[in-house]
Amino acid sequence: MIYFDNSATTRPFPEVLEVFEKVADQYYANPSSPHTLGAEAERLMIQTRLKIAEQLEVNAHEIIFTSGGTEGNNLAIKGAALEHQNRGRHLITSSVEHPSVIEAFRGLEQLGFEVTYLDVDRYGCVDPADVEKAIRDDTILVSVMSVNNELGTVQPIKEIAKITSGYPKVYLHVDHVQGMGKVPLAMNEVPIDLLTLSGHKLHGLKGTGVLVVRDGIKLFPLFHGGGHEINLRSGTENLPGMVAFNKALRLVKEKEKGRVKELYNLRTELISKLKQMDEVVINSPKKGAPHIVNISVPGIKPEVMVHLLAESGIYISTKSACSSKHPDRSAVLQACGVEEEIMNSALRISLSYQNDLSEVDKFIEAFKRSINYLKR
Amino acid sequence: MKFESILIRYGEMAIKGKNRKYFERKLQDHLIKKLSQQFSYTRVKKQRDRMYVVLNGEDPHQVMNECQQVFGIHSLSFAVKVEKDEQLIKDAALFAFKDDPDAETFKVSSRRADKSFQIGSQDLNYKVGGHILANTDGVTVDVHNPDVEIKIEVRNDAAYITAKDYPGAGGFPVGTSGQSLLMLSGGIDSPVAGYLMMKRGVQLEAIHFHSPPFTSDRAKQKVLDLAGKLSKYCQRINVHIVPFTDLQQKIHQQIPEGYSMTVMRRMMLRISERIAAEREILSMTTGESLGQVASQTMESMNAINEVTNFPVLRPLAAMDKLDIIDISRKIDTYSISTLPYEDCCTIFVPKAPKTKPTRENASYYESNVDFSKELDEAVDQTQIIEIKHEKNFDSEFENLF
Repeated sequence: MIYFDNSATTRPFPEVLEVFEKVADQYYANPSSPHTLGAEAERLMIQTRLKIAEQLEVNAHEIIFTSGGTEGNNLAIKGAALEHQNRGRHLITSSVEHPSVIEAFRGLEQLGFEVTYLDVDRYGCVDPADVEKAIRDDTILVSVMSVNNELGTVQPIKEIAKITSGYPKVYLHVDHVQGMGKVPLAMNEVPIDLLTLSGHKLHGLKGTGVLVVRDGIKLFPLFHGGGHEINLRSGTENLPGMVAFNKALRLVKEKEKGRVKELYNLRTELISKLKQMDEVVINSPKKGAPHIVNISVPGIKPEVMVHLLAESGIYISTKSACSSKHPDRSAVLQACGVEEEIMNSALRISLSYQNDLSEVDKFIEAFKRSINYLKR
Repeated sequence: MKFESILIRYGEMAIKGKNRKYFERKLQDHLIKKLSQQFSYTRVKKQRDRMYVVLNGEDPHQVMNECQQVFGIHSLSFAVKVEKDEQLIKDAALFAFKDDPDAETFKVSSRRADKSFQIGSQDLNYKVGGHILANTDGVTVDVHNPDVEIKIEVRNDAAYITAKDYPGAGGFPVGTSGQSLLMLSGGIDSPVAGYLMMKRGVQLEAIHFHSPPFTSDRAKQKVLDLAGKLSKYCQRINVHIVPFTDLQQKIHQQIPEGYSMTVMRRMMLRISERIAAEREILSMTTGESLGQVASQTMESMNAINEVTNFPVLRPLAAMDKLDIIDISRKIDTYSISTLPYEDCCTIFVPKAPKTKPTRENASYYESNVDFSKELDEAVDQTQIIEIKHEKNFDSEFENLF
């Protein structure tokens, strides 16, 4: 089996599963319970939070545990908009964000907020100058992802943060779900107010995630209740999930440190081989995140290609589902302004530290065969 | 170009005449212990009237940050070491100057211990100053009140250049002013009191009164965590956990309500004195601040203090609450102190404690009850927990991380 769909989700590290089971089994008490078992669970929770904070180079009280990327993005965007609507009701994002961002903004539009969707270039990249131009007196939030989930485009977050930090009323939210563990983003250097992370994209577990909420930033919670997570996210804490998240984060960061070059090599190799194929158009930028390669094979329905490759045990994906009218169309590529037949035939190959060069070779071989078969 | 070492200046400590050697040894000791955990390549050297931390490749600013938290240091500077060559000295001076990006004015002061070096001090000042002016924007010379004074020492082995002064933590090295037993409750004040005593050179042990099941394990853990924060300044703290339930219940049952708190405090002080005496500690420290609560009025202090003739040091006596909170935030104890667990001072609190108790009444009420058995038991059953400062502590859950 060759698993090249790591941007959809990753396979959990065995250590992560092990630690999840252990904590679920041994520390099942509610951290809010007053008895000793509860106190023990609470201590584990506090120390886990501290460990994650250390790794992210933020303060422990800035870590808010969530159920994943979608919740983190929703809490950041709706939470900031609802809490600060008296300051202004204008929001800025890009036109190539993940659906959990785009749809959150669409929802806010229904509540009367005004949203500017920034245009992007051919590769889905936002121009920081456009951010500056779009900021108005009543702007309260800018949300831009660090790495595009379809193309692997790396956004100029540093430059955007430099701009937004000049506007004290404007928060900057960064969806870093695809970037963590592959594209570094130093939270101690770049002034980002809200940062979304997801556990299952870094070989952790589904249903785990973190939203970094910098000191002093107020949000309107999505979940009201017992006041957990500093009142931002009520609900009995998922302690095994938290500990598993920490483990995954630590392991993926270790991998990033030692092996991100290998990942770049895989990508380079993949792209150079794909380039030699006349039928293939490369949609990803030349310089992009090390784990995502987006291509189109005009004339071939992407879903058919995915099924055909799956028959030989190779798993890749089409774009993320978005429009029922054009089921094959990529909204991201549409925003990039590419030709119709390219945006309708996109495929995404996404790698991880668990892949190697021999898999790339095997994939290319199978891919060539599949094209020939479908083009017959 | 890189910083070779950190130069340490003692300040107040330097005037201490005969004790100086002792102070220096303590300071060196603290620096070595503090740095050896995280920066194992560093070496702390003493040379006549100075002390240096030789970096040996460790991150200069991280090491500086650690050194700035050691008491007994007045100020610190990075030093660059270069061969005695005009161009090298110029480059080093420029490099050292640029460590302070906000500096707008400077002066150069050279000393030529090695007279065989061909350039005289005045001449060297002039040449190095010119080099800095030529290689910076908007920077001027100010010989009276410079932002940064660049000092160049041409010695026999090499030339040493220092620039920006970093402030030290001040005070005396911990341990040079003896020991005190800190009554650590878990509130905001007592850790701050402990911090101020340590800054004055006092080595602390802490005592905490624990009344299970009326106070929870979380309350005890809170105190240990506070001691952990304080241990940053002194490497280790022994915490004496006194089982206080029996005594507290007896007070509650036998002493008129208005005096129960005064008597409880007197009991705490009696136990503290006995434990201090056993440990050869000559004083107690409390976080009391005048007028804050009923037990901290002048009358109350007088009534409570009657039971001991050990000095009871109250560094916060004259401080405002807001100033105390500022310090607790600075030393990172505030967020722990404000966790909502009950301690032995907040349970059994009478509805209306006497704000003006007298010694006579307190003694009278105590004389009706025999507390000696409970007092002895409390002292005997006191448990000592040693809290060591470990930056990257191995937690009990390490195998899960």
